[in-house]
Amino acid sequence: MSLKQRAVKELEIQKYLFTLPPRRIYPSTAILTVVTPVLSVVAALLIAALLLFFSGKDALFILGEIFHSSFVENFSETVVKAIPLTLAALGVALAFRARLWNIGAEGQFYGGVLVATALALSFPGLPAPVIIPLMVAGGLLGGAIWGLLPGLLRAWLDVNEIISSLMLNYVALLLTDYFIFGPWKDPKGFNFPVTRTFSDDSRLPVLVEGTRIHFGLIFAIVAAAVVWLLVSRTRWGFELKVMGDNLKAARYAGINITRNIIIAFVLSGALAGLAGMSEVTGVAGRLQQNLSPGYGYTAIIIAWLARLNPWAIFFVAILFGGLVSSGFTMQRVGVSVGLVTLLQGIVLFCVLGGESLYRRLLYQTALRRSNTVKE
Amino acid sequence: MADIDLVKTLATTVAAGTPVLYATLGEILTERSGVLNLGLEGMLLVGGMGGFAATTATGNVFIGVLVSLAAGAALALIHAFFTCSIGVNQVVSGLSLTLVGTGVASYFGKSLVGQAAKDSFQSLKIPVLSDLPVLGPILFSQNLFVYFSFLLVPALFFFIYRTRPGLNLRAVGESPATADAQGISVAGTRYLYTIAGGALVGMGGAAISLGSNPNWQENITAGRGWIAVGLVIFALWNPWRALVGAYLFGGMEAFQFSLQVAGVPVSSYFLRMLPYLLTIAALVFTQWRLKDQTGRASSAAPSGLGLFYLRRERG
Repeated sequence: MSLKQRAVKELEIQKYLFTLPPRRIYPSTAILTVVTPVLSVVAALLIAALLLFFSGKDALFILGEIFHSSFVENFSETVVKAIPLTLAALGVALAFRARLWNIGAEGQFYGGVLVATALALSFPGLPAPVIIPLMVAGGLLGGAIWGLLPGLLRAWLDVNEIISSLMLNYVALLLTDYFIFGPWKDPKGFNFPVTRTFSDDSRLPVLVEGTRIHFGLIFAIVAAAVVWLLVSRTRWGFELKVMGDNLKAARYAGINITRNIIIAFVLSGALAGLAGMSEVTGVAGRLQQNLSPGYGYTAIIIAWLARLNPWAIFFVAILFGGLVSSGFTMQRVGVSVGLVTLLQGIVLFCVLGGESLYRRLLYQTALRRSNTVKE
Repeated sequence: MADIDLVKTLATTVAAGTPVLYATLGEILTERSGVLNLGLEGMLLVGGMGGFAATTATGNVFIGVLVSLAAGAALALIHAFFTCSIGVNQVVSGLSLTLVGTGVASYFGKSLVGQAAKDSFQSLKIPVLSDLPVLGPILFSQNLFVYFSFLLVPALFFFIYRTRPGLNLRAVGESPATADAQGISVAGTRYLYTIAGGALVGMGGAAISLGSNPNWQENITAGRGWIAVGLVIFALWNPWRALVGAYLFGGMEAFQFSLQVAGVPVSSYFLRMLPYLLTIAALVFTQWRLKDQTGRASSAAPSGLGLFYLRRERG
């Protein structure tokens, strides 16, 4: 086929695609947001069951136990885990919207934790109405600081933000270890790496009596609303989307890219920091090792699976909250906790694959139709 | 400054840098074909775990290395399938690969945690060369992984810049459409080098669990996979510069370790941050130089990196 023929054919396809009603070219949102993820999760569960089966375990029993404990018996624990996951995922989604790959939510989480803990330990006598807003501000600030560096470097020098934000995760973890093994170690803690327990006033109040669901749930709902407003109802949110779709176009349109990158990273980090603050003051009540079982990484998956939609993030976070809180059940039935990470990876692969396959299928169908129309 | 044995530190530098060097070289090969594989951390872990488990089972380190190569290649194949055949976003696919790899290594490696390797690659003194003053103990009293990497770096450089398949590889990475028009199979090339790169990364894992640190722990790689992704950028996708980058990282590891041993009055937690901060600094340095040369923030990555290629006029 000569070059000219190819160009003509390409034009025909384009013309045909344009004459279709939009619904027929663009993937239907209903299928993309509901059917594909559900099918993909089912596929992922099948893979996990096979994996368990081949390592000589009773797959049905184990998966049943996990489901039962996470979504029936201890559903409140699932919600508790979903709080930091939602907050961190909202932050990640904000940056992802501009195709800024902030994968440093884990470090930003600890940034918030460190500042909130410092405040709680330094002012144990303050009453709740003073110390809690202070700690919220501190958590936001700590996360924002941790997000600022990769943002600045990306904005000024185009330094790869994936690497810089990820490297800072390790730095934050080591810094946390330094504090809990060193200056902040509880003298009465039998030499365990934990800080003193916070005063009752500097702990987030419990929302639902008899569970550990704490005030952070309100933060998560408010944050989801704010992020939704920001991305769908403000000029700035639109600018982010343009930057994500086509950075060059955004530059020619006069969007201040440098400024937007920095703001996106700061906000993204601040939300992860708030997640850390609510976790340390609402659940643990003191800073200890492994406060986060990888919330920052799980948040990335949640944000992507929710297609960066703030409200969808909330529901996907509950699903993954169940998975995260099943770690204890897994130990009880004798399965390595590594399965949690593995399952997350498999779910993500299945959803990604399902989505792309569906898009390809649509494109191929459009192609075939354009060919039959011509002949 | 407390006294630090310089020769010993430099020898540790080479030993600590070698696993990262393998991972960096593997990723260079992959990225040269236009595929960004962020699953390095997972592939390193699975390669290390596979090699370690196979060595424990058979008692033969060479079978261990073969298994680690296969394990790295197998994970890379998943990435190649998702990014080159289905067209999934490469960044997200790589992140999922990291999760899958970390999960697999943790799930199947649980029973191995805390064990010492049944057999490992001991340091082999090369006759004559190892008697050289200074250079002998640094470069020629190392294990086989190190010697093999000495051969691999020039070999890869020659392959990428001086051979026809290497030219094709670069063409696919820089401009897939042009390469396609030349009759080079874009998907085939990408599959090939993603898998080959993955095998090298897997071997890097074995270089940790059977070489520089012959035992098995959870997350034994401690972010070396991500550091390698950063070093690829620092190396400007060139194997020789990868050697420099990997030894710079190894040097920082060895240096902070010597400082700890020498009892410097700085908390070891801060010293252990140094390799990660160095990686960021190396990236800043690279971008700074590029900005100096080109006058604006830019990247030296292959132009087709991270983009899915689909020939449009099929059907």
